[in-house]
Amino acid sequence: MLATTGLHFNTSFFWSHLTNPTTAFLQGLWTTVYLAIVSQTLATILGLFLALARRSKIAPLRAAVWLYTWIFRGTPLLVQLMMIYDGLAAVGLYRFSNITIAGLVVPGVVQAAVVTFTLNEAAYMSEIIRASLNAVDSGQLEAALSTGMTPMQAMRHVIVPQAVRFVIPPLGNDFNAMMKNTSLASVIGVSEMFLVSTEISSTTFNTFEIFAVAALYYLALTTVWGFVQSAIERRIDRRWGIVRPPRSSWLSSWGRRQVPSFGSGATIGGSIDPALEGLDPGRR
Amino acid sequence: MTEASSDVPTRATAASAATASTTDRADGNGAQATSIVEAVDVHKRFGSLEVLKGVSLSVERGEVVVLIGPSGSGKTTFLRCINHFEKIDQGRISVNGRLIGYRVDAKGNLREERAAEIARQRAEIGFVFQHFNLYPNKTALENVCLGPRKVRKISRDEAEELGRRLLQRVGLEAKFDVHPAQLSGGQKQRVAIARALAMQPKLILFDEPTSALDPEMIGEVLAVMKSLAAEGMTMIVVSHEMGFAREVADRVVMMDDGVLVEEGPPRQIFDHPAHERTRAFLAKLL
Repeated sequence: MLATTGLHFNTSFFWSHLTNPTTAFLQGLWTTVYLAIVSQTLATILGLFLALARRSKIAPLRAAVWLYTWIFRGTPLLVQLMMIYDGLAAVGLYRFSNITIAGLVVPGVVQAAVVTFTLNEAAYMSEIIRASLNAVDSGQLEAALSTGMTPMQAMRHVIVPQAVRFVIPPLGNDFNAMMKNTSLASVIGVSEMFLVSTEISSTTFNTFEIFAVAALYYLALTTVWGFVQSAIERRIDRRWGIVRPPRSSWLSSWGRRQVPSFGSGATIGGSIDPALEGLDPGRR
Repeated sequence: MTEASSDVPTRATAASAATASTTDRADGNGAQATSIVEAVDVHKRFGSLEVLKGVSLSVERGEVVVLIGPSGSGKTTFLRCINHFEKIDQGRISVNGRLIGYRVDAKGNLREERAAEIARQRAEIGFVFQHFNLYPNKTALENVCLGPRKVRKISRDEAEELGRRLLQRVGLEAKFDVHPAQLSGGQKQRVAIARALAMQPKLILFDEPTSALDPEMIGEVLAVMKSLAAEGMTMIVVSHEMGFAREVADRVVMMDDGVLVEEGPPRQIFDHPAHERTRAFLAKLL
């Protein structure tokens, strides 16, 4: 039996689980999605406050945020997950138990996962937001101050809204990673898509097939997010009055790339980057 | 610092002799009713480089003062000190009889004001930047309205009515809902002037308002500035536009190397400059 070679791919199992997943699998998929969305949202809010604290005049506060970022970015997410769920309970500090929010039972393991993913991601978000705030031209702050805004008002009404534009691309990247990292929550027993797949694998022994199905669902999630992200970016660009030609997706640009271009679009069109085009129409 | 200022020719500022006497009573409240800006012996250094070496200047209400001088002479730095964008190292500046950015504490020492108080002072002083600094994520109208709404706390409707009136005044009635990215340089600067006017300032500071513009757009901005001057707005303008200075300024102030070299009516400065440095500077421009 061990000598058996040849391909054992259960095609019908694969297709049936792909097109008609079990209820447990769909519940796992939903858990993956809401874990990622809730954690990313909380992490973005926490990250903003950490980034602002990093710019504070109070040195101990800055140091505390630095320490926080250093620890959460410098240790594995899996280790953090184990310490927060099992570790805190083991030393008797805190035990996550089921709670009911608005009629919905939130299992302790899910709470622990959300807390860990939030704390971990907030460390990255604070760096992203800090860099984005710095990327806003310093003249913007002076303009706001010149109209009599306090530094706080300038931050809130002028700097932060502009920093959003710089935050979105790296945030999108992180959210993509977040959706995949939720699979780590399986080690503490969160029934998300990966754990459900593991269970299906151990009962059916169709290991390759079920994980291929899981992989395709992860791919679908990140792909959908990719579209959502570009829609958000286009929307923000429009709000800045930057009009891009309809951005061709990789699908629609596939055919165009084959077409040889005659002459350089750059010299004819005047501008190489379509984004630059909108920025300075007055100079044409 | 005093050694540095003693390098400065003492003949430099005839007018500053008069303002120097204000030092005695520059306690933040006692400036004359007609003078809106009083700068006395202002020193500013960036690290080891002393950019302002004791500048004194008094500007009357309704006066248009144009600061000229070679680049690096400290004109822009001095202008930025007037609304406390730069902290001064010595001397004092008061606007409307109130010290800018500082208060005198119980022991008679200068202390920097709280941020909220500095903001209140700046709300009375318009500032127009060389590079416009319009908010790129907001339309022309929103750019003008933001200050009145957030600082003066007036309603959105009221602010927009004010904003429309001011954009009309600078000739941009067709551009209310256009973003800065879709405006020419001259249009951007006119929006920026409207934004400054929206706070109903008592004084507007212009930092090389036409230096970043293509030549054909300079005229439209200068025209707006001329109309402001005609309406009696107090303006301090750092500029290389000698034509504008000659036509609109009540007084031209020549700065060089961190000191005020000479000042006087434009006719006197341009046609009969008293100082070699002024002559040399003007000769280079022609």
